[in-house]
Amino acid sequence: MNDSEQGTQTKIGRRDMLKGLAAIMATLSASGCTTTASPDLDAFLQQHFWKLSKADLDAILARLEKQYAEQFGRPVAVKATPPLEGVTFAYALDIARCIGCRRCVYGCVEENNQSRNPQIHWITVLEMEKAKGVDLQHADAYYDRPLVPEPGRFYMPVACQHCSKPPCVKVCPVNATWTDKDGIVVIDYNWCIGCRCCMSACPYGARRFNWAAPRLPADELNTNTEYLGNRPRPRGVVEKCHFCIQRVRHGRYPKCVEVCPVGARKFGNLQDPKSEIRYILENKRVYILKEDLNTQPKFYYYFGI
Amino acid sequence: MVRELYGFVRGSIGIVRRGNRAYYAWVAFLLLLAIQGVAAYYNQARTGLILTNMRDPISWAFYIGNFTFLVGVGAAAVMLVIPAYIYDWKPIKEVVVFGELLAIAAMVMCLLFVLVDMGRPDRFWHLIPFLGSLHLPTSLLSWDAVVLNVYLLLNLVIASYLIFCAYRGRHYNPRIVVPLVIFSIPMAISIHTVTAFLYNGMAARPYWNSAILAPRFLASAFCSGPAVLLILFQIVRRTTRFDIKDEALHKVAELMAYAMGFNLFLTGAEIFKEYYSDTQHLVHIQYLFSGIHGRPSPIAIYGWSALALGVIAFLLFVVPATRKNFITMNLGCLMIYGSVYIEKGIALLIPGYTPDVLGQVYEYVPSVTEVRVSMGIFGIGFLLFTLMVKVALATLSGRLTAGAVRANGIRAV
Amino acid sequence: MRTAHKALIQTGFILVFAALFLITIVNSEDAPRRADEPLVSPGTGVPPPSVDNAIAVAPPPFSEGIFPCSDCHEDLKVNTTPRQLTKNHKNIVLKHDEQNRWCLDCHDAKNRDKLHLAGGKLVDFTESYKLCGQCHGPNLRDWKAGEHGKRTGEWSGRKQYLLCANCHNPHAPRYKPLQPLPPPVRPEDLKERYERQ
Repeated sequence: MNDSEQGTQTKIGRRDMLKGLAAIMATLSASGCTTTASPDLDAFLQQHFWKLSKADLDAILARLEKQYAEQFGRPVAVKATPPLEGVTFAYALDIARCIGCRRCVYGCVEENNQSRNPQIHWITVLEMEKAKGVDLQHADAYYDRPLVPEPGRFYMPVACQHCSKPPCVKVCPVNATWTDKDGIVVIDYNWCIGCRCCMSACPYGARRFNWAAPRLPADELNTNTEYLGNRPRPRGVVEKCHFCIQRVRHGRYPKCVEVCPVGARKFGNLQDPKSEIRYILENKRVYILKEDLNTQPKFYYYFGI
Repeated sequence: MVRELYGFVRGSIGIVRRGNRAYYAWVAFLLLLAIQGVAAYYNQARTGLILTNMRDPISWAFYIGNFTFLVGVGAAAVMLVIPAYIYDWKPIKEVVVFGELLAIAAMVMCLLFVLVDMGRPDRFWHLIPFLGSLHLPTSLLSWDAVVLNVYLLLNLVIASYLIFCAYRGRHYNPRIVVPLVIFSIPMAISIHTVTAFLYNGMAARPYWNSAILAPRFLASAFCSGPAVLLILFQIVRRTTRFDIKDEALHKVAELMAYAMGFNLFLTGAEIFKEYYSDTQHLVHIQYLFSGIHGRPSPIAIYGWSALALGVIAFLLFVVPATRKNFITMNLGCLMIYGSVYIEKGIALLIPGYTPDVLGQVYEYVPSVTEVRVSMGIFGIGFLLFTLMVKVALATLSGRLTAGAVRANGIRAV
Repeated sequence: MRTAHKALIQTGFILVFAALFLITIVNSEDAPRRADEPLVSPGTGVPPPSVDNAIAVAPPPFSEGIFPCSDCHEDLKVNTTPRQLTKNHKNIVLKHDEQNRWCLDCHDAKNRDKLHLAGGKLVDFTESYKLCGQCHGPNLRDWKAGEHGKRTGEWSGRKQYLLCANCHNPHAPRYKPLQPLPPPVRPEDLKERYERQ
């Protein structure tokens, strides 16, 4: 148990609760004050992301960098890159080409600092029978074969669909998850109360809960992190795919796009008529998972061949 | 006034401290339940919700099932309030305060069940209006947090006012009570409706996404809540001097019979719609009653027993002879209580999540931690209820009054 | 509050589009970009549209020491009769319309370091996609658009394409099955595994 955020929780519960409540009032009345003497108390009192001033946010990022550096014994960068203007991110995945090798699943885990134990995967690859088509009742997420693709089967990786009308955002009781301007559905791990309402609301099973303190070996840590993205998570909060904010908001492709050996994964700006994503939407047969639910995903399955 | 309040509190403490052996044993038992529950929760808070058997595919289970059930129990207080105050119907009016106390205990248990289910209980303040960031009006869970707390507060105010009036030996002021009571009626309906909508609004879970879910919640609440009270009233009138007439019990039982009939009708309507239309969404109800993917379901036994208990209880209540016979009536109460408990605790949640949204099956049974924590919460709730009822009985029966305290000192009460 | 926000975003988009449109009319040619220029400056302006000069193609996947071919073939006499190779390149098993084709349909007999198109035009190995595209036209079109094949780099800037031959062995192009990475831990086993460590 080397998760100091989690230490915060229990310590807070015992000692600082009353002090904390008193300080909430103090913070509210004197809104200029951004830090107190104790980082634990700062974490406890942290306000909602939308209410943070530039100085507040900088203080939080610095606090987190310090905390992670202590926790992992390595310098960690925590940025809060704002959404790009004029960009709406979208994703396309060629079901005809995916071979179900799960390279994306583990590439994502390494890039995004998921807990290794208890294991958290953001991408679920489903194996289905070609004869039955996309029928989730016959899908198998646990297939274990010496070689893929298995003849007669096809594969459908599922992660957050970054819906334009996300049911998870709708149900969150505390606004801990929202759609950023560039279309990415993000989570503030410092605001999530762990009620898991979003997990019930998501039709794609995209959201994962930290059932215990995440374990992540220091040498496997990706030290390039984003506040709303791949920074190490505390126990008891929900997480999911965020299109690799730490990469895409700096112009790069998401990790899963780059590790896919068959080039089945495509990513780009929906507003750019010359983008790969627009080419696919205009020229290929596109399939939207659970289209009838009107979640309007920005994740499109398509048949490239 | 302040001195009277002090006297009332001191008198109440005196009342709850004294009782016969059965009372002590009962309180000790509940305390034991509560303490072991706190110990189990301490472990859970230290290690995380991994000590439960909830997992990503079934992310709400035993805790939230109990929560849902208790919301119904709490809401049912309104069942007694409506005729008592609106129609000034005497026989029920004298027992209505117990309905409100039950609602208080149920709400406290509800809030505790939500708290133990939270991944970050330390961030509870994010739910406090103005301090935190309540997601109104969109999030049903935000609404639920609001209405549950308002309902709890409302019942606390009404019940304590009624009891305190009785303590002072005065008749309550109807201009205070009636508006509050009238307000509590839509609130009671809201808490259960909002809780139903919480599930109902999730298109991701077709099993819950049915327009009759909220009416079903209300109908079943109007069965299970009064069932608790019917049994309680019999205990009260046998063990104390407090008189509750047969007429009142039979009236409540009659009202329950209608609710049970309606509840069964709605359940039948749901079953018909699923099986007759036979769409892909049938799998969930199949998981409740038979099995899916070629395997028998481990919860089919609960699906059938909830249905069977509900039908038998309805028959016992709808026939006047068995309804008015206390043995069969009590049997019916236990059965309907069991039926609704299974229905809310297992039959609502588990099939809703099984198979999960990607068609995968995870077979859930509550873990030891979940059972222990839940028993602890029931211990706390029943303890609270027991103590409140004890004080209410003493006050309403005229044993604990301001006059008595003044005349004899607190010790003599 | 929310709707005002939305309206603001929508107006923003419209303005951005209008500006883009004007720029396109006024300056119809894409300004050349230096290779080291940052592709997207976070939070400011619109990323540049994808342009061909932003695309790099991976080198052809030669076996070690095999290229240039002319090193060996310089002194060999050209035998244009289709046949099974018995001396060298025995590892090459042609499974690519082998009924109708053989080596010299693609490899040029005279200039050994080049390939040739059907019309005889010579192309470098680095442009082999032109050769592939003769039969696989739609694939070439999709590849150019970034749909077929893997791209790495930047979603709206410099990208690296792979050549057809980087993924498909030109002599036997069917993609070979892979060993998948392990399946996820079942929820039933999560706690046990967690406690074991």
